[in-house]
Amino acid sequence: MPVDIPKDKWPGAVRTITLGATPAEGGTRARTVTVGGEKALPYMHFEAEMPYRPVIALEIKDRRPDDWSPLLLEEWGEAANDPAAWAKAAETAGADLLVLALSLTGADGQPTTPAAAVAAAKAVLAASGLPLIVFGPGQAEADNTLLLAVAEATKGERLALGICEDKNYRTIVAAALANDHLVTARTPMDVNLAKQLNILISDMGLPLDRILMDPTTGALGYGIEYGYSVMERLRLAALQGDAMTQFPMIVTPGFEAWKAKEAKVGQGVPAEWGDWRERAITWETLTAITLLESGADIVVLRHPESLRRVRAAIDDLMTAPVTA
Amino acid sequence: MALSGIQIYKLLPQTNCKDCGYPTCLAFAMKLAAKQAELSACPHVSEEAKAQLSEAAEPPIRLVTLQADGHEIKVGNETVLFRHEKKFFNKPGLFIRVCDTDPAETIRAQVAAADSYRVSYVGMALTLDGFAVEAESNDAGTFAAAVSAVRAASARPLILMSRDPAVMAAGLRAIDGESPLIYGADSANWQAMADLARQHNAPLAVLGNSLDELAELTEKIKETGVRDLVLDHGARSMGAALIRQTQIRRLALKQNFRPLGFPIIAFAGNDAPGGQAVMAAQAIAKYAGFVVLDSFAPETVYPLLVLRENIYTDPQKPIQVQPALYEINNPSPEAPVLVTTNFSITYFSVANEVESSGLPAWLLVTDAEGMSVLTAWAAGKFDAERIAKAVKGFNVADKVSRKRLVLPGHVAVLSGELEEELPDWEIRVGPREAVDLPAFMKQAL
Repeated sequence: MPVDIPKDKWPGAVRTITLGATPAEGGTRARTVTVGGEKALPYMHFEAEMPYRPVIALEIKDRRPDDWSPLLLEEWGEAANDPAAWAKAAETAGADLLVLALSLTGADGQPTTPAAAVAAAKAVLAASGLPLIVFGPGQAEADNTLLLAVAEATKGERLALGICEDKNYRTIVAAALANDHLVTARTPMDVNLAKQLNILISDMGLPLDRILMDPTTGALGYGIEYGYSVMERLRLAALQGDAMTQFPMIVTPGFEAWKAKEAKVGQGVPAEWGDWRERAITWETLTAITLLESGADIVVLRHPESLRRVRAAIDDLMTAPVTA
Repeated sequence: MALSGIQIYKLLPQTNCKDCGYPTCLAFAMKLAAKQAELSACPHVSEEAKAQLSEAAEPPIRLVTLQADGHEIKVGNETVLFRHEKKFFNKPGLFIRVCDTDPAETIRAQVAAADSYRVSYVGMALTLDGFAVEAESNDAGTFAAAVSAVRAASARPLILMSRDPAVMAAGLRAIDGESPLIYGADSANWQAMADLARQHNAPLAVLGNSLDELAELTEKIKETGVRDLVLDHGARSMGAALIRQTQIRRLALKQNFRPLGFPIIAFAGNDAPGGQAVMAAQAIAKYAGFVVLDSFAPETVYPLLVLRENIYTDPQKPIQVQPALYEINNPSPEAPVLVTTNFSITYFSVANEVESSGLPAWLLVTDAEGMSVLTAWAAGKFDAERIAKAVKGFNVADKVSRKRLVLPGHVAVLSGELEEELPDWEIRVGPREAVDLPAFMKQAL
């Protein structure tokens, strides 16, 4: 019985966005990363070609973090003491690009200075040829000061600067405009807030091929369903032609999952949770996979084994033999 | 697809006899369309019309139920492609596969461990749903013995797996009187398998390597009178399975395509490290009715059970946590009392931040009908009166020696009123965001 398979035809498409600039393009990156361009829902290859595969970023810090799970610190070992070494290790582990997340304070407990942030960013750029995303500590004022300095010191690299929120987008967008960078626009799990921030950013004159949006997610067990549905709705809106939602999506399942007790902690937890390491990696991996299938273009992870598993899944999803 | 009132009216006697209790046949038809009346109320409707109407009343994805001794798993009957459109209703059953070539002892031990597995998640006890017994031996006696061994170790629903009707019959005899899912019927054995399904009143899984083949088989099997079918589309890689499952769901929901209007069974066997969990996660989010895992391990099963709860929550009704006084990091009577609402995400954010800070605190979770702090405050579900009621209701004063209560920064406005409600308490205003709590607690408390 021949089955007539229904195909969705969408009027809209996601924008194609490139991170990083090679020497020929005014930067120093060995290669660039391009995401977006979808004309159908994720991995529906029988409807439209998915021109760029989703990519995996590994998150590194400007100094050894105080609040990361011991499993992660053990995994990265000495490299976690030095952003350049960490960047190299992350590149070796197979990352497509890097996220440098700046700390609020230095190892001495004093607030991170713009000079230290610049030094960390430059060390990472020197150590690795991968495109780079730089996240501030997540407090609007600190983000502004640190990112402004980093943006100026890395002009032309096409970094993505975050966290660009409603509180501080003006400064960060201005820094991106002046120094040929991108921004990641973050809003708390809401379709309309995401759209609104994208509009505000584009009103400042930042070209639309320099905006990534971070709709925020929760970890598995901690609100992932909200993030999942918001991403599905944003992607549907984009495909339906809503221009202010047509940006590739970046989410941070690594940050979220490793905050969860299930990943972070090995002792004093129910025996039913099973083996700590495997459970933690599964927590991060499943958070990432679920979000990739709801439309994520960039997932930011923390553990190299999660990266390997998510990579294997993406490879499989991108080579689906079913075309009809 | 549901018929309109007018379409139903055309199938009724159109005599306006009022025997159904409605003034006209059209009025009755409208009630039927709205599912507010039963067709049986009309004594004059023809058999032919009855058949057509009951066919049309069927859901686009058939509800299939597996039962065994007090356990029941219902799958199918889904109405949307995306959970935000309405809700996903019937959680997919999670089954563990066992092979009949393993020694009976091994089988019993595996099954007993998975059968008794029970894990708590936001106050709910989550468990697995059953077992799939595979006739890898292809020997009737071995298979029957394995089925008996599984049944001896667990009362949960079963899936019997063999393509050989004689082997399947032996497995079915081993649990006489039960109706497990029979897996499965293919283009070679479907008649014999359909006979077994009919004799045992059991649902039947149908295997096809293409949607064309699958649709053709289900149509043929339906003609034999077996109606409770489950689909195996044959794709085992993630990419192919995602596409097939999406196509089947769309055909059923958007085109009311009856030959594929059945729940899907997915196999999450994948040898790559973690591959099984990844495939099962995809199956849970993307439309499977039954998910069969190759092995049981708590560290894999717990995340999958949690994912299933998350995906199948009602998007209009957030998960709530039980209002109560929670202890974080073994608080002493000196520790501060932090107040928040019972919206699960709010609770988790606050509890996580405090917990990871290592600072002890009492966390008072008030009944704000599952809303976040600001939403609940705006809706009048989180005010001084309610907070005071919670403080008294959970006997907070008996647990602490220092009566210090920290309000979320977003509702600083409540502090005056709360001081009136709780005159012997010191009311403090905390930060707006949970992430700032540890710093606040270190510095200000």
